[in-house]
Amino acid sequence: MAKIDERFITYKDAATEALLQAMEKDEKVFLMGEGVDNITGVYGQVLPAYRKFGPKRVIDTPLSENGLTGFAIGAALDGMRPVLIHQRNDFMLLTMDQLMNQAAVLRYASGGRHRVPLTILSFVARRSGEGAQHSHSLQSIFAHFPGIKVGMPACAIDVKGMILSAIFDDDPVIILEHKHPTLYDKIEYVPEQYYETSFNSKIVTLGQDITIVTVSINLINALEAQWELKAEGIFPEIIDLRWLRPLDIGPIVHSVKKTGRLLVVDTGWKMYGVSSEIIAQVCENAYTYLKFPPRRITIPDAPCPASQFLEKYYHPSAKDIIKTVREMI
Amino acid sequence: MVLNPDSENIGLLKKLYYDMLRIRLVEEKLADWYTSGLIKAPVHLSIGQEAVAVGVVAALSPEDKIVSTHRCHGHYLAKGGDLKKMMAEILGKATGCCHGRGGTMHLFDDSVGHVISAPLVGASIPFAVGIAMASKMKGENKIAVAFFGDGAVEEGVFWESVNFASVFKLPVLFVCENNLYATHSPILRRQPYEEIVSRVKSHNIRTFYINNGNDVLMVLKAAREAVSETRKFKPCLIEACTYRLREHWGPGEDWHLGYRTLEEGDEWLAKCPFKQLRKVFDKSGNLSQLDIDDMEEMIKKEIDAAVKFALESPAPPENELLSEVGG
Repeated sequence: MAKIDERFITYKDAATEALLQAMEKDEKVFLMGEGVDNITGVYGQVLPAYRKFGPKRVIDTPLSENGLTGFAIGAALDGMRPVLIHQRNDFMLLTMDQLMNQAAVLRYASGGRHRVPLTILSFVARRSGEGAQHSHSLQSIFAHFPGIKVGMPACAIDVKGMILSAIFDDDPVIILEHKHPTLYDKIEYVPEQYYETSFNSKIVTLGQDITIVTVSINLINALEAQWELKAEGIFPEIIDLRWLRPLDIGPIVHSVKKTGRLLVVDTGWKMYGVSSEIIAQVCENAYTYLKFPPRRITIPDAPCPASQFLEKYYHPSAKDIIKTVREMI
Repeated sequence: MVLNPDSENIGLLKKLYYDMLRIRLVEEKLADWYTSGLIKAPVHLSIGQEAVAVGVVAALSPEDKIVSTHRCHGHYLAKGGDLKKMMAEILGKATGCCHGRGGTMHLFDDSVGHVISAPLVGASIPFAVGIAMASKMKGENKIAVAFFGDGAVEEGVFWESVNFASVFKLPVLFVCENNLYATHSPILRRQPYEEIVSRVKSHNIRTFYINNGNDVLMVLKAAREAVSETRKFKPCLIEACTYRLREHWGPGEDWHLGYRTLEEGDEWLAKCPFKQLRKVFDKSGNLSQLDIDDMEEMIKKEIDAAVKFALESPAPPENELLSEVGG
């Protein structure tokens, strides 16, 4: 057993640990993706698995995103548990045919006889200057399709547990990590043993004045914002969504019935997005409890600029949350 | 000539004939069903193309896996798929191979190694590559076969599959049924040459070109060699030229549409898979009209039983609409 203080590790290392533990647990698990065995091994996250399990189970691949998804489906249909890794979720748009026309529907279209235990592990790769084709956050597109689960872990404990839940689920699951250093390099306590994270949203802080639902890295923004709000006597209840599909709306509705106010903070766009869906479901289920129109903070309705001078206005921040909450109270 | 109809081979030759006839008669029954309004879905008949499915599958071992396309009836039956489950599936019944959810374009029968059919053009090709990858990882001896048409060669995923299979030396056999048309578009309007093998060879894939893919013995000969190579982790591609005699989908003929000529059709009718195999038998006198009549009778009995099963099977209940969605 490691000492407690050795168990404070980064989000990135927690994800690495999940991959290692999954491969140790079941020899049917294998990883593949572009550059997984290269010197950085997907930001350093996959290299330990390559060193331990070698090229037969950690496979560097040609740049064939759609084909790779089909190969993984085929392997899954033949009893394996493939983990397909894309370094940016922007690349996943190249896989949509295999992912959504195939992986997502095969169980249903076969009357439950085909199961596709496929994990897609990818990243919202937001870093300075990545621009319009390398840093987007496309979860709402993926979450639109019945038949495929989508998770966005917002802390180190969850990234480990959610990856393990994904790999040992018998249906396809997409996990989108977030690579901004605020989250990716954040150090938190993570248990050493194997565990899976349930397909539920998580109440992170209890409060009675407003419900703030966060997606991915926005949990960090909301946690930062809460101190200033509390100093002003506003106590938010913060709920980390964790899974976009299945959507665990129950705790959110329950919370809004208590607080009467709802703010959703997403890393994606507003139109047809995650925030739209949550607000719609809350309105359907708790309309009469609302004391104020629900609000949402998202990225603006434009692609991400590469310019460092423009990019700083693009992503939601703790300040945006504080400002919006003040307007709502 | 690959096989003489002597005592040693006569059983196999009769089986080839029987398997092709079974596909033909089943699909003719489906055409009747469609015309009478029983089928509420587009059926893609492979009438005219039976020799490719039967010839390739005859070279496989039972544990080998196949994947297929929207035009999957022939592959399913050649691999030994359950006829009752197929007919029930096509009628959308609960007893179908997909509980009625998949329909005519999603046939599969795991128990005989037909893993899946997927109707989007080219989409099932990478599945065969993945099955081959899994097979190699697990140290198994089986190979995977992807059936597809000439249109699939225009899809990126085909080339991604060929490239990957070659680089990773996977036991996968690609079988292109080149019937010259993608729906109504002729191949030379879509591709630089009528033949496909020369473009695939450059990927270090061994190729087999069969200009008369309606000759089941030619197909079997190429398939035996290709399967043997593939089993040694040398992926191969067979291109078998053949011809669809019916509409792209539906029960009838479509010469009136004008995208292909009756003369072209007649050339291929002369290369009828049944006529060609019967010529082999006729020389030896080893297959009489009586034998063929017996075969027809046996197949028709099987079809009648499957039709009865399908018609009498229950429809899936409404509460199944949202079951097995996953996610």
